[in-house]
Amino acid sequence: MSALASTLAQITDAADAQNVEAAGSAGFAYGLAAIGPGIGIGYLVGQAVQAMARQPESAGQVQTTMFLGIAFTEALALIGFVVFILLKFV
Amino acid sequence: MSDDVYTARLEGPSPAAQVAKDLVRRGIWAAPILMLIGTAIWGTDGFFSTGYGIGLILFNFALSAFLIASTSRISLSLMMAAVLFGFLIRLGIIFIAVYAVKDAGWMNLVALGATIIVTHLGLLFWELRYVSASLAYPGLKPGTSKSADQTNQSFLNKEHSQP
Repeated sequence: MSALASTLAQITDAADAQNVEAAGSAGFAYGLAAIGPGIGIGYLVGQAVQAMARQPESAGQVQTTMFLGIAFTEALALIGFVVFILLKFV
Repeated sequence: MSDDVYTARLEGPSPAAQVAKDLVRRGIWAAPILMLIGTAIWGTDGFFSTGYGIGLILFNFALSAFLIASTSRISLSLMMAAVLFGFLIRLGIIFIAVYAVKDAGWMNLVALGATIIVTHLGLLFWELRYVSASLAYPGLKPGTSKSADQTNQSFLNKEHSQP
């Protein structure tokens, strides 16, 4: 009986360790997926701000393009997030 | 030039806010169709999960535009900071919103994930059609271009305010 209990405990520990490992991997993947969009948004907004400061008369167009660019770049992070929740919780 | 970058600000109606308003309006219009598709694929859980996902995406667009519109009236540098930190904050909000309901009985995470990606990209491409169609202000109907012109002309920086 005690042998069975110890075997079950080992299996549970292994499963827990696997879960922790999976959670860590999913979190790491999400973190990596957010780096690219972060760099992209930083570059995009930096250039847009420079453009608006140089040519205030075209700021409206620049801001619109910037907003859409941010949203498209953010889609990459959202895809990473969806992969994360699917790996972690499903 | 560097002074302009740090102190320039924008005035008038924000094009980003108007584009976001268009996105939200189209999202609300498309929501019932997407929710019906979700119901057909995943059942009742799909209906609620799809609705929740659409709500998250529309809130995300609206918050993003609000941050840009409100901070660009103060300064462009603040707008840049708000966009970058806003990116983190919005991702955090989405994570919390999903984490809070992940174990709910009506939640189907696959449906939610699919809805988030499809709605986000779908609405953006839909909006992009108007960007491509109009060389002036995307997403804005010709009737509303007056406010856009006003926006264009009223962008000021310190050139106007300096003596």
